[in-house]
Amino acid sequence: MAGGMTSLQRVLTTLGHKEPDRVPLFLLLTMHGARELGISIREYFSKAENVVEGQLRMLRKYRNDCIYSLFYAPIEVEAWGAEVLFSEDGPPNSGAPVLRSPEDIKKLEPPKVRETACLVKVLQAQRLLKEKVSGEVPIIGVAMSPFSLPVMQMGFAGYIELMYEQPDLFDHLMKINEEFCVEWANAQLEAGATAICYFDPVSSTTIIPRDMYLKTGFGIAKRTLSRIKGPTATHMASGRCLPILGDIAETGTAVVGVSMLEDLSEIKAVCKGKLAVMGNLNGIEMRRWTHEQAEAVIKEAISKAGPGGGYILSDNHGEIPYQVPDGVLLAVSEAVHEWGRYPLDWLNA
Amino acid sequence: MADPHKLIDSLAGALVSLDRLEVRMVLTRAGEFFSPVQIIEKVVSPALERIGDGWSRGDVSLSQVYMSGRICEEFINPVVLLPEGISKKNQSRMAIAVLLDHHSLGKKIVCAFIRAAGFEIMDYGQGLTVDNLIKNTTRDKIEILMLSALMLPSALRVKEVRQKLNEGGCSTKVIVGGAPFLFDSELWKEVGADALGRNASEAIEIINSIRGEVN
Repeated sequence: MAGGMTSLQRVLTTLGHKEPDRVPLFLLLTMHGARELGISIREYFSKAENVVEGQLRMLRKYRNDCIYSLFYAPIEVEAWGAEVLFSEDGPPNSGAPVLRSPEDIKKLEPPKVRETACLVKVLQAQRLLKEKVSGEVPIIGVAMSPFSLPVMQMGFAGYIELMYEQPDLFDHLMKINEEFCVEWANAQLEAGATAICYFDPVSSTTIIPRDMYLKTGFGIAKRTLSRIKGPTATHMASGRCLPILGDIAETGTAVVGVSMLEDLSEIKAVCKGKLAVMGNLNGIEMRRWTHEQAEAVIKEAISKAGPGGGYILSDNHGEIPYQVPDGVLLAVSEAVHEWGRYPLDWLNA
Repeated sequence: MADPHKLIDSLAGALVSLDRLEVRMVLTRAGEFFSPVQIIEKVVSPALERIGDGWSRGDVSLSQVYMSGRICEEFINPVVLLPEGISKKNQSRMAIAVLLDHHSLGKKIVCAFIRAAGFEIMDYGQGLTVDNLIKNTTRDKIEILMLSALMLPSALRVKEVRQKLNEGGCSTKVIVGGAPFLFDSELWKEVGADALGRNASEAIEIINSIRGEVN
């Protein structure tokens, strides 16, 4: 506990746009827990207890500042009846979409969060984790935004066509998804999550232009986030967001997860005092970083976004690939603990 | 004589605005000066190339790229089907696929751009195993195989494709594209691909360059 701060205190201080004792480190690890336990990814996610044990081990091993209670992204569409395809070396993927045609939206019924086995498993893990970390470490829950969930519900291409060509069905789907998202996020907060990471990659300017965002994802986020009874972080999952940062700040979110495709200094300048910034390590490239490269990248990120607080060091996607070796993760952690200590005097040396 | 640059500007603008009416008007105007084949070569392909480049720079969004390709396909398909349509002579045998998972948006975009540029390409679909892909590629005597990936495990599996093609004595050129390859600029070499297409229009440039080598 460097400087006497717990991880939660460290994070809350930085979210208040002040400098804590050190830049908080959010290693957003999911599948690596299976490796810690020496079991397959499928087996790991089959029980809440496995994820609890995996997260606690990784918290200690990497001196992480958060617990990440995401199991896998398609768990939400699994709740809607979709098939989940497990793999030996990567994140589970969603299989065939639950919405085979836009017309299926008319008869779509959202799952009941507390009666759906896969979601109950996540809630159980969050309850157990809360008991273990007793308010010292933030537990991050995850909810897919109502606006981004349809990529998994109906496929990306079909969803883009719906967005542009069938506004009535699009609006109907958003109403259903908003109710589900709010219920799911609030259930996680009740179970033990400290904050909700609202994944909204479709809102990123990588996927849609700003004018479309203002007509769609922006209003949806404003409505949805206002009904989530806890702090939220909006994550773009590697997508660009510089042109819409001012808009994102108006949605009521506290943090934005940003892409390595954009410059952290520019992002920090726009976000200063309005949004905390989380990012933006390149998880794909991280696979083959040396210890020295890891240190250089961390120093650069901290130099650009660290001053003044309001910065959480993390990857840019919201999930670190299974292929990233433990040694690299340890090097990242070591560099943050070394170079992230406030005040950042080394920047002026 | 129409200025192709102005037509390209107008078409690219109409496509990213998803303005089908304007697209039709631009193509009709182009038709006053060019044959259907010339319209594709001088106006449609360059407009799509500009949109693809805009995507790489972050000026154009993926939804606009996808819809542009789709709209072009709507207008180009009737032209391709005309008796005097685009020549299919001397085309390399090409196919596109997604290994392992079902993320097919990139593949659909590349297909639309390639077809709008007047090429034929076989779509093997998504969720393919390496063995199925090799079987299809060998059976169809594919000369250029395009592999689109969103997920890192699928991108890494290209290495196995390359090895099995080599073991079978198959000289198929493998072109890769998609997010993992954009986020790690060394990855395409690591998996043994012959080229990386950073966007759909770059894929067309690579095809042309490979065809140049072959011919």
